[in-house]
Amino acid sequence: MQSVTFYHVADHAVLVQLGNEISDALTERVQRLDRAINASPPLGLRETVPAFVNLLAEFDPLVTDHHAIEAAIRDLFDADDTGKIVGVLRTVQVCYDDDLAPDLAAVSSAVNLSQEAVINTHLNAEYTVGMYGFAPGYAYLSGVPAALQLPRKTAALRDIAAGSVLIAGPQCLVTTLTMPTGWSIIGRSSTEILTHDPDRPFLFDVGDRVRFQRIDRSTFEAQTKEVLI
Amino acid sequence: MTVASLRVTFAGPFVTYQDAGRAGKLRFGVPASGPMDRLSHAAANVALGNPAHSTAIEVSVGGLAMTCTTGAVTLAVAGGNFLVDRARETLDGWSVFTLSQGETLTIRVGQSGSWCYLAFAGSVDAPQWLGQTATHSTSGFGGGQLKSGQDILINDAQVREDRLGAIERPKFISTDMNIHAVRGPQDRFFTADSIQTFQSNDYALTSAFDRMGVRLSGPKLELAGALSIPSEPITRGSVQVAGDGVPTVLLADHQTTGGYPKIATLQTDDLDKLSQKRTGDRVRFICVSADDALQMTRKIAKKRTDYLSSLAEPKGSLNQRLMRVNLISGAIDAISDSDPN
Repeated sequence: MQSVTFYHVADHAVLVQLGNEISDALTERVQRLDRAINASPPLGLRETVPAFVNLLAEFDPLVTDHHAIEAAIRDLFDADDTGKIVGVLRTVQVCYDDDLAPDLAAVSSAVNLSQEAVINTHLNAEYTVGMYGFAPGYAYLSGVPAALQLPRKTAALRDIAAGSVLIAGPQCLVTTLTMPTGWSIIGRSSTEILTHDPDRPFLFDVGDRVRFQRIDRSTFEAQTKEVLI
Repeated sequence: MTVASLRVTFAGPFVTYQDAGRAGKLRFGVPASGPMDRLSHAAANVALGNPAHSTAIEVSVGGLAMTCTTGAVTLAVAGGNFLVDRARETLDGWSVFTLSQGETLTIRVGQSGSWCYLAFAGSVDAPQWLGQTATHSTSGFGGGQLKSGQDILINDAQVREDRLGAIERPKFISTDMNIHAVRGPQDRFFTADSIQTFQSNDYALTSAFDRMGVRLSGPKLELAGALSIPSEPITRGSVQVAGDGVPTVLLADHQTTGGYPKIATLQTDDLDKLSQKRTGDRVRFICVSADDALQMTRKIAKKRTDYLSSLAEPKGSLNQRLMRVNLISGAIDAISDSDPN
């Protein structure tokens, strides 16, 4: 078994730390553990929260305790530390028109590619849902190609529309709320991450794979109009 | 079905609908939300005979005023010590009373407390998100924030004479400055001096205080070196420290992941105790082991269950209560008559 550290958090959680440096292999180990725990949840477990290098297990302190949860998770480690996770492939549609992609020109000059080349590089990559955070439905998608990796902008822009497709460093994100952001805005999506489907309220599970598909303006408008009605 | 309608005539900021919250969605970036003071929310509900998790209005220090425009309904207020005026009559801040057509209710900030709960004998017609009415304040999802001019609709509205009167306050919750916390999960990133500083100095709540979190002021907490921690899960009650050395306690609408180190995480009941404090109030963090924090939670949970069960008992009809008062005053008279003092 590889190194793992358990931190007992307050009266209601255990943080399982699998490493310290982000890597695809480590994130995959976190997701494998997450699946193993949820396939046979220990008594009193409330939920797990997978992230890049660790996982939080929240429990009901009236039913169980830190030691029992830690022991149950240790057993799962021994049982299953192999096997590749193949997440479901999800498609997210993007319109890259200038007024929906206010930073496309700046990205294009910063990475020394034409705007079309930036779009194609973005479209040709496959992304993985590493974790959610920041706000409901904000899924951090790893896999931005090295040629497009840029630091955050120095100042955040306010009131960026929901559905904006953002990049910063190796991460890509499709926003679900009107929010400020310091990431580069390279397009707008018509695909809803908050689906309004009570059986499947979020489009992605952690570990899913994502591909972007280009749509033209009329398709974008038709689809967003449908959503508004 | 009997309907009561109440028109909001004034609503301060951060006045929202809250049921007990939508637990279990942290992995999708969704905190549970729900009441900042979970016990007071439950107390207001059970004092009316409602299930503890029912939808109520969380009133901030900004206050709330309303007029009953249709029908009549019995309401309960609990949490902190707010000033409650019903039809120009001043009530205790923990009370059950009835509001009828044409009567007004005003809830204003009182001598202590940042949040109180207004519950209704009936079913509050509030929008749901993911099956709950709890409002996530940053998105507005769920029941939402109350605004002047808005109507609050109560379906199956009831007048409950058997519930009227004062609500007993929970005596097992102290209001002193001590807040129990468990160190970590990233205390290893702080200097030994900072850990000591955190436990041996007072910190005050600042005005940067909303449902997401509250920034504290006090001695700075230094990190043991420049850090870049990968974004990781956050739980309610985390004390995170940004690069400026200032601690922030994360509350009901916290972000679910983040990259700032957490020096400590508060015990559940003491988190709600801290949430009820006001800007300028001082706290002292008492660090205990995770095992001790859990034992503390279990002990309080027993008292909480007994307390809520006793509030859930109806007080009886008006006649029954009058009779009880007469009997008691009669008995007291009898005692005083024979009392040599």
